[in-house]
Amino acid sequence: MEKTVNQKAWLLVLPVLVLVAFSAVIPLMTVVNYSVQDTFGNNKFFWAGLEWFDEMLHSERMWNALGRQLLFSAIILAIEVPLGILVALSMPKRGFWASVCLVLMALPLLIPWNVVGTIWQIFGRVDIGLLGYTLENLGIPYNYTQHLFAAWATVIVMDVWHWTSLVALLAYAGLQSIPDAYYQAAKIDQASRWSVFRYIELPKMQGVLMIAILLRFMDSFMIYTEPFVVTGGGPGNSTTFLSIDLVKMALGQFDLGPAAAFSIMYFLVILLICWVFYTVMTNLEKRDGVS
Amino acid sequence: MDWMAWTAPTAIFFIVIASLLTVFSIIAIRFPESPRIGVLRIETTRGDRLFITLLGSAFINLAWLGLVSLPQWGALIVCLLYATAVFRWV
Repeated sequence: MEKTVNQKAWLLVLPVLVLVAFSAVIPLMTVVNYSVQDTFGNNKFFWAGLEWFDEMLHSERMWNALGRQLLFSAIILAIEVPLGILVALSMPKRGFWASVCLVLMALPLLIPWNVVGTIWQIFGRVDIGLLGYTLENLGIPYNYTQHLFAAWATVIVMDVWHWTSLVALLAYAGLQSIPDAYYQAAKIDQASRWSVFRYIELPKMQGVLMIAILLRFMDSFMIYTEPFVVTGGGPGNSTTFLSIDLVKMALGQFDLGPAAAFSIMYFLVILLICWVFYTVMTNLEKRDGVS
Repeated sequence: MDWMAWTAPTAIFFIVIASLLTVFSIIAIRFPESPRIGVLRIETTRGDRLFITLLGSAFINLAWLGLVSLPQWGALIVCLLYATAVFRWV
């Protein structure tokens, strides 16, 4: 029987294409156009060539923000991934309490970023915040508006509080998909708890953990609202991450050209990291599929 | 379209990218291929190699601008060599 050729499916993809064009492609093209020009407003542009890229590549401010951003992402991944796995392993596998744990775990994820920022901004205040007041009375110097370490600690703990449950839920889903037969086989072999984790649970969670790491890395690499609400990028520039610096440049100083060049470089770094993660994930899946 | 602040060089840049995507789509339809494993030890199709070439070229241009004090078209020559290497060995 001859196969019918029908190209009507393309029409179904059309709305998505239009949406992506308006929400991503056209704004990106505009940013590229801005990055090679200078403007003083009033829709008047002057050709600047690669000047803004050159300026940004030699800008200590941008490299410092990138350094802080990478450090922040590395720290939160180093905390959230092991902690998320630990939480998932401690959660009950079935029954009433499993549902209770799932709901509790999902709660922080439902809170909007600016609300999380406000909660921690108040929580950490020395005069009215429970955390700040308690630490101060215990004799521990803590003031996130003045001390670099306190500001970083607050921003990191806030992110851990907000997002560890995402890693935990993903790891939990990975654990739930392991058939009981694996555990029974391990029991027959008298495998230790560590061996069960190392040789059964961890390999089976590999796929979801890669997704968790990718999601958390991308999200932390683009973080803006929470640190902006809590510290405003301070004290000094100590918690000024890439997005905060970019917004300061584009909207605070109205330097659209340098900000556009900055955005493109930021975008390229994200694209590269996404591609690396995607490639690793798909190759792992293929390898697992074969074995 | 004024708000998009178009310039001739950026328009040419996007036309080249769009043409490359179109040409590679046509080639993919007309001459389907199976993925191969190259020096990176990952499966790549022609489209993957084009993506690796374009992304790598962007970084080559930035590195040239930041580190080398020679005219920017020099980076294009490096990019062409890089593209050849990617399509040959990756």
